[in-house]
Parts: sequence; C-alpha cells; structure tokens
Amino acid sequence: MSKLNKNGNNYIITYAVIMTLVFGSVLAVVAMVLKPKQDMEVLLEKQNFILKAALGEDAISSMSDEDVTRLYTETVVADVVKSSGDIVETEEASVDVFKEYKKPKDVRNLPVYTIYETKEKKNVVSYVFPVYGKGLWDFIWGYVAVKSDLETVSGVVFDHKGETPGLGARITDAEVQSRFKGKKIIDANGEMSIPYFEKGEGNDYSNMPQQVDGLSGATITAKGVSSMLESYLLLYKPFILSHKK
Amino acid sequence: MSTETLEKDVKEVKKTSEPLLSKKRRTLLTNPLDEDNPITIQVLGICSALAVTVALKPTLVMAIAVTAVLVLANVVISALRNTIPNRIRIIVQLVVVASLVAIVDQVLKAYSYDVWKELSVFIGLIITNCIVMGRLEAFALGNKPWDAMLDGLGNSFGYAWIILAIAFFRELTGSGKLFGVKVLPYEYIGNGVMMSPAGACILLGILIWVIRSRNGYVED
Repeated sequence: MSKLNKNGNNYIITYAVIMTLVFGSVLAVVAMVLKPKQDMEVLLEKQNFILKAALGEDAISSMSDEDVTRLYTETVVADVVKSSGDIVETEEASVDVFKEYKKPKDVRNLPVYTIYETKEKKNVVSYVFPVYGKGLWDFIWGYVAVKSDLETVSGVVFDHKGETPGLGARITDAEVQSRFKGKKIIDANGEMSIPYFEKGEGNDYSNMPQQVDGLSGATITAKGVSSMLESYLLLYKPFILSHKK
Repeated sequence: MSTETLEKDVKEVKKTSEPLLSKKRRTLLTNPLDEDNPITIQVLGICSALAVTVALKPTLVMAIAVTAVLVLANVVISALRNTIPNRIRIIVQLVVVASLVAIVDQVLKAYSYDVWKELSVFIGLIITNCIVMGRLEAFALGNKPWDAMLDGLGNSFGYAWIILAIAFFRELTGSGKLFGVKVLPYEYIGNGVMMSPAGACILLGILIWVIRSRNGYVED
C-alpha cells in the first residue's frame, strides 16, 4: 500500500471523525457504568445531611453508610407540600430542589422530612426543610431542622458549590452551623421571623432568638445564607403554622 | 508471512533498545524534580498551584489526578504520534486530555464523592494545565511510549512535590492544621493571607527563589 498522505484533507477528516467516535463512546460507556454508583452517593449525602440537621453532627458522622441509610428509611417520612401548605401526591424522590428553585414560588414542590423517634413513626423529633439559594460565586443549599414545636431550630446543614475556601466555604464547618442551634423561627408575637447572620464575628448572640454570629470576611456568602433561609422557610409558612400545636 | 516479518522487526528493535531504566531514562524521571521542574523552572501550571493548595488533602488528590492524566495522555499521544496529522495535532491532544480528565472526574465522583465536590472545578481545569499540553507537545509527540510515560511521571512528581510543599505551609500557617488535624496550639489564630491565593503566590515566589539559587538556574 502506498504511503498515506497524512496532510491531505481526507486523512485529516477521517482521523478526526474516528477519533471523535472512539473517545465519545469511551466517555459514554464510562459515564453509564459509573452512573448508579454516583446516584447512590448523591442519595446517601442527602440522607446524611437530613439526619445531621435533625440529630446533630456527632450522632451521624461516626455512623457507617449502611447505618445512615437504615436509620433514614426507618425514621424519616418524606412529604411534598405546596406553598399553600397542602400536601400533594408527588413522590419526594422525584423532586429536585434545584429544579424547583427555578420555578415560580407558588408552583414549587417543597419536600418536608419528618423525623420520628421510633420505627413505628410515633413522636416527631423534628421537621427538616431543604433550602436553596445563591452565595457569592454560585449556588448554596442546605437543610434546616426544626424541633417538633416548629419553633426552635435543632440544627442546620449548609453546602455550597464554589464559595471561597477559608471564607465563604466556612458555612460547611460544623462550628458555624452550630451557631444556628436553638434559634427561633417564630418571634414573640407568633409571627415567622427567620434567623440571620449578623455583621461581624465573635459577638455573643446566645440570648437573641434570631441573630446569629456572622462570618468575618464572608459578608456576601453570609447574606446569601440569610436570604436563602428567609425566602425558603417563608414558603413553608402555611405548613408550619398549620402543624404548630 | 507478514506477521512473521513484523515480529522479527520488533525483536531486532528490542535487541538494540536500551535498558528500561538506563541512565538517560532515569534523568527523565529525576530532572523534572529539580533542575527542570515544571513549576519552579519552567513556571507552568501556576494557576492550579495557587488555587488548590489551601489544604493538603485536596492538593494530594489534585497531584494524583494530574499524575494519572499526564502519564496516560503522554502514553496515548506517544503511541499515536506517527498517525496524528500535524495540522490538527493540538486538537487531538486536547481531545485526549479532555477525555482523560472527564474520566478522572467521573471516577472521583463515584468513588470519592466528598473530594470530588471539593475539587471538581479544579479537575476540569487540568485540561488547561500548561504542564500537560507542554509535555505532550515537547516530549510525547517525538518519543516512544515508555519514555513518554517516564517523562509524564517525572513531571507529575515535580509538580506534586511543589504543590504539596506549598499546601503544607499554607495549611499549617493558615489554619494551624495538617491534613485537617489541628497541630498547632488552639490559641494559634490562622493567618488569613495564607488561606487566599495571594499567600500561595508569596510562598511560591519564595520557593522558586530558593530552588533557583540552589541549582543555579538563570533565565536566558
């Protein structure tokens, strides 16, 4: 066979097409093979977050993945409500909070996770509400757990996509998240009033029901967290007020 | 018939080929660690060296990911080097590197989800890491796969030890921790500058200065 002209158009185009097909198929196969494992990781993280918000970092972080999933399936009931407060017949598993975030507020599907004390689904420990919003660089999200009185925050978990490491990314620190513990989402008049990050850091707000010690150097992320909590928890207002004893 | 001659050819080549770790080949591994270091001498891959070095753990993962991508890309490009049309060679290199990076990204997502969340942004940026493209252009296109692999390993290690050194000092002075474990007394207040890329830039500058004055490298 005569030597191929490697600078000819035919050779180059054929080469490019074959290369695209080969690498394209390799990537498609890899993505398909790894998809189930990745989905499992995402689900596991969600269960982890919900339980951490409700029961505390210490109780969950020492548990194995299997134990977390078992505890979740045994004690958590997931419902979906609308901003009117009505529970709708939508599978919670099909709700993607990120996609809902892009819809107008009144048509959003809002998951509510009720954590029970026992397997028999008696005695509510807390309600967990997912939240979603914008930080400084990208989206931030999290879960807020409220005690069965639907008034006291029992814990929060935040996560982010691209906040500045060491500054805004500190919202994922357990210590920062613990600052929300014990804060109230209802004020003295029975109206909803959402906890928020104060300006500055290192101040003592332990007697204040809504103020939370802020993040120095991460003002915009902190503001993002505050407005995320405000806008998302208020969506649950009818649900919260109707379930409040 | 034709396969026989082919085997014969291969055998002949093997006879004359140099040992797997000859002196020349060992320098492929060792040179990039010091006198031909991709970061301190060639000043490539600075972007990721500044970005990921806040803490040791993500840095280590980044180093491993770059090693995997660079070695594999070097081998693949070197194996294909006689078929690649010169006019689209950069595109071919990009496709190979981008595919490898996408695979590394997906594997990390499946098997090390926490680290993936932290690093996925930077993993994507391996594609544009100048070290990878630089080695492909400068070495893999003109050398055999085994040599290209050694070259890839050498350069990745040269990259790895520098970013790990920077991460060590940044994590230690920035947050008083090493691999997330508090090592300095609790009273130590982290140095905020070290947590920001500016701190990395200062450290990197000092490191380049020290290394260059030690091995006597001078810019032409």
